[in-house]
Amino acid sequence: MDRRQFLAACGIGAGGVLLPGFGQAIAAEQLIETMDVAVKKRLADAALTAAKAAGASYCDVRVGRYLRQFILTREANVQGVTNTESSGVGVRVIANGAWGFAATNNMSPESVAQTARLAVAIAKANSKNQTAPVQLAPTKGVGEVKWATPIRRNGMEVSLQEKVDLLMRVNGAALKAGANFVNSSLFLINEQKYFASSDGSFIDQDVHRVWAPFTVTAIDKASGKFRSREGLSAPMGMGYEYLDPKAEDKVLSPNGIISYNKSYDMVEDAQAAAVQAREKLTAKSVKPGRYDLVLDPNHLGLTIHESIGHPLELDRVLGYEANFAGTSFATLDKRESRFQYGNEIVNVFADKVQPGSLGAVGFDDEGIKTKSWPLIQGGKLVDYQTTRDQAHILGKTESDGCSYADSWSTVQFQRMPNVSLEPGKKPLSLADMIGNVENGIYILGRGSFSIDQQRYNAQFGGTLFYEIKDGKITQPLEDVAYQMRTPEFWNACSAICDERDYRLFGSFFDGKGQPSQVSAVSHGSSTTRFDGINVINTARSLG
Amino acid sequence: MGIMTEAEAKTILDKVLKLSTADECTAQLTGSIEGNIRFALNNVSTSGVVSDTNLGVSVAFGRRVGTASTNDFSDASLARAVKRAEELARLAPENPEFVPAVEKQVYKPSSTFSAATAAITPEQRAEIAMASIAPCRAKNLIAAGFLNDEQSFVAFANSKGAFGYQRSTDMDYTCTVRTADGRGSGWVARSLQDSTSFKPASDIEIAMRKASASAEAQALEPGKYTVILEPAAASGLISFMFNFFDARQADEGRSFLSKKGGGNKLGEQVYDPRVTFMSDPWHPELAVLPWDATGRAREKMAMVENGKIANLIYTPYWAQKQGKPVVGRPGNIIMSGGTKSTADLVRETERGILVTRTWYIRMVDPQTVLLTGLTRDGTFYIENGQLKYPLKNFRFNESPVIMLNNIDELGRPVRVGEGMPMMIPPMRVRDFTFTSLSDAV
Repeated sequence: MDRRQFLAACGIGAGGVLLPGFGQAIAAEQLIETMDVAVKKRLADAALTAAKAAGASYCDVRVGRYLRQFILTREANVQGVTNTESSGVGVRVIANGAWGFAATNNMSPESVAQTARLAVAIAKANSKNQTAPVQLAPTKGVGEVKWATPIRRNGMEVSLQEKVDLLMRVNGAALKAGANFVNSSLFLINEQKYFASSDGSFIDQDVHRVWAPFTVTAIDKASGKFRSREGLSAPMGMGYEYLDPKAEDKVLSPNGIISYNKSYDMVEDAQAAAVQAREKLTAKSVKPGRYDLVLDPNHLGLTIHESIGHPLELDRVLGYEANFAGTSFATLDKRESRFQYGNEIVNVFADKVQPGSLGAVGFDDEGIKTKSWPLIQGGKLVDYQTTRDQAHILGKTESDGCSYADSWSTVQFQRMPNVSLEPGKKPLSLADMIGNVENGIYILGRGSFSIDQQRYNAQFGGTLFYEIKDGKITQPLEDVAYQMRTPEFWNACSAICDERDYRLFGSFFDGKGQPSQVSAVSHGSSTTRFDGINVINTARSLG
Repeated sequence: MGIMTEAEAKTILDKVLKLSTADECTAQLTGSIEGNIRFALNNVSTSGVVSDTNLGVSVAFGRRVGTASTNDFSDASLARAVKRAEELARLAPENPEFVPAVEKQVYKPSSTFSAATAAITPEQRAEIAMASIAPCRAKNLIAAGFLNDEQSFVAFANSKGAFGYQRSTDMDYTCTVRTADGRGSGWVARSLQDSTSFKPASDIEIAMRKASASAEAQALEPGKYTVILEPAAASGLISFMFNFFDARQADEGRSFLSKKGGGNKLGEQVYDPRVTFMSDPWHPELAVLPWDATGRAREKMAMVENGKIANLIYTPYWAQKQGKPVVGRPGNIIMSGGTKSTADLVRETERGILVTRTWYIRMVDPQTVLLTGLTRDGTFYIENGQLKYPLKNFRFNESPVIMLNNIDELGRPVRVGEGMPMMIPPMRVRDFTFTSLSDAV
């Protein structure tokens, strides 16, 4: 699900009765309420006891309260403010060697116990056609523990007026700087999740995420041409402090483009966007051919997501997603043979612990303590992403902690952790990298993205494109998209800026599964160079 | 709770309207019972039933709007929902684009409900899964698929006397069949309102045949080719295009339907004269609710007629601002065509490429609706009316606007699933642009 589909699901802009896509509409002050942990434990105990009595060999319970606030604006108008809450309990069991799942929004111990019994009945029914029993990697219970996103300011506690004022300043700055239109939004998410399992874990987590996207559009009425420039922010696993800009978090490119790290100046970026959107109307149309690409982290994150993150999901590799998202070229034999996925300078790691990242949690949705582990080392494929019931397939004795469900009412399954490219080990600044390129294109921000069902052939656009000639950025370009075949692309990686340039990119609504679930994930990298990549020109004429 | 009768729903809606003290109040009840079964690697992986009922209350004081919802229909809960909506409305900023609720409307019912679809049981879902899996197991092929069936109701009422109630059903089935060595892949999809005509045993044959036949794929140089797009392959591009039929976007100069110098292309020839798109809530195979999200009655209307833009989509606010009549937003798209099947079109093709399905379609340039995506699950070279050999998949960069100017022939429209409800014919199109090859199967 992308943002457009998401807004459609919310009914926002439809002009009718607003029915939020997630749960019940609530008052803003309810967004800062929490549930008593003792109440959650009582519900969990009711499920664990009932499941065991009904014959389950394993049971986990998720008591969830999922809160969302969305504010949508255009120019001087607030188009919608939506506060939603969705609360309930999901119970997953193993009985007769098969999974069963059931969920209820009736949060009484009796209802939760009944739901656990239903989950066991479904598991027993499913076991009849099952060819092999579920094998769970062992894990020790962690007892009663807590984890919370280390936020400095809870966005849910910030007044609506302050948030609307910020978006109005953003829109005003863009219009003043020459934009014809501007849409800006604020998305705040808080997942209050309590996990309990028959292994003896009782884990209370408080997870926060923030996203502040905008689109600025410039129009040339005479020619009928229009161009948009998206914001250069990243969705983050942070509180409202992300929107309190700090000078040390700004990254300046040799041609004066400002990118952002752990805080974001949304007003400044909107002003720049208006100027750049207008520049795009008259920018040179790219000459197709092979170029050395210099990719900013806010662009490269999506390429990492599509061409490394997804193909290394073990359920895709095995064929469980064949009917929808597809399978993967990175088959198990490639791990055995240490397949050369990329150049030897390419080191990619998975994690759910990076501070500020969207994937950061203390424990995943089956109670596994989160960690960091390598996927590609020295360019060679070394590992995948697993859950407890997949670990044995790789000969592993523990899960990687990649289980996630987007609601109490949906069953948890394998989702992508943060997948990031390690910074270059040798000192290299962005300016030095660009200084070494003879014939290249510098690309920032996300654009269109499309990749095949086995993750070989991809095409990516971007937000901003600049021509590099003989080590200098010369002019803006338009109509740029690059086409790639995954292993060739990563083997063409020739330089990675050092850790001073390392930043996070994020995907806020990543879709997977049938019925589809969303998740949020970050991808870190420093600016990276790829040599001799095929660039096409995307300009067309409708006559 | 799931499904309410008209009388049950009306009782609740009337209570809500009576409770409100706002200038106007609109209440909507929706409920559904949705069943699904998912299978992969020739085994059922998940199955479930989700039942949900919800009340949305929207009130306005002047131009200030507030909304609340609940799934508890006790008198106390209804009162809380109305109170919360009214509190939110008082706190909300004025909406300068506010349009009052609709007056009382007359809705001509549409046939959106099938008793057979509503009666599908978990056992039937399991049978459908096994009807897909068993023949694949027998031929050393691997099936992965998903069946989703839904019965639902919508009831809405407002303080101006508008009221509507209708029940609906839908069923969507997809199955991907792969050869055991992973070199061949086929796909089939069925989207129905009435499940009685669903024949999984014959549908799975289509996917199995395509999987086996696509295993020895050959590479063809990317370029411009005559293609036959099956309805599912064409619909992905066409549905994207209809996202840009918004009149406001066109009038603001940020759509392919904007005119140089200002204004929109209403009435202009944009496509081949054989291209006609209608919206019709009473279409026998694709009935949708006779009212839109605002409660306005829908009408049968042409969106594109003989290649000319016949109507754009106006929100009530934009229609009023532009002095246009405020009409119900279309709920479906029906493309006109001929009588021939995909197989008939193949038989009459000298040289071309058959595309079963398009995948991962994304916007490259909204100025021209240039889209990129890939072919998937059965791409074949056609010579002298025969499928000669399977082809490696392609990436395309093509605009549906250009594609619908390059039509060679249109076949018989069929209902396609996913996204906006559509009837799309198979079509033979000249000069379809493939820009690279994909190794994916």
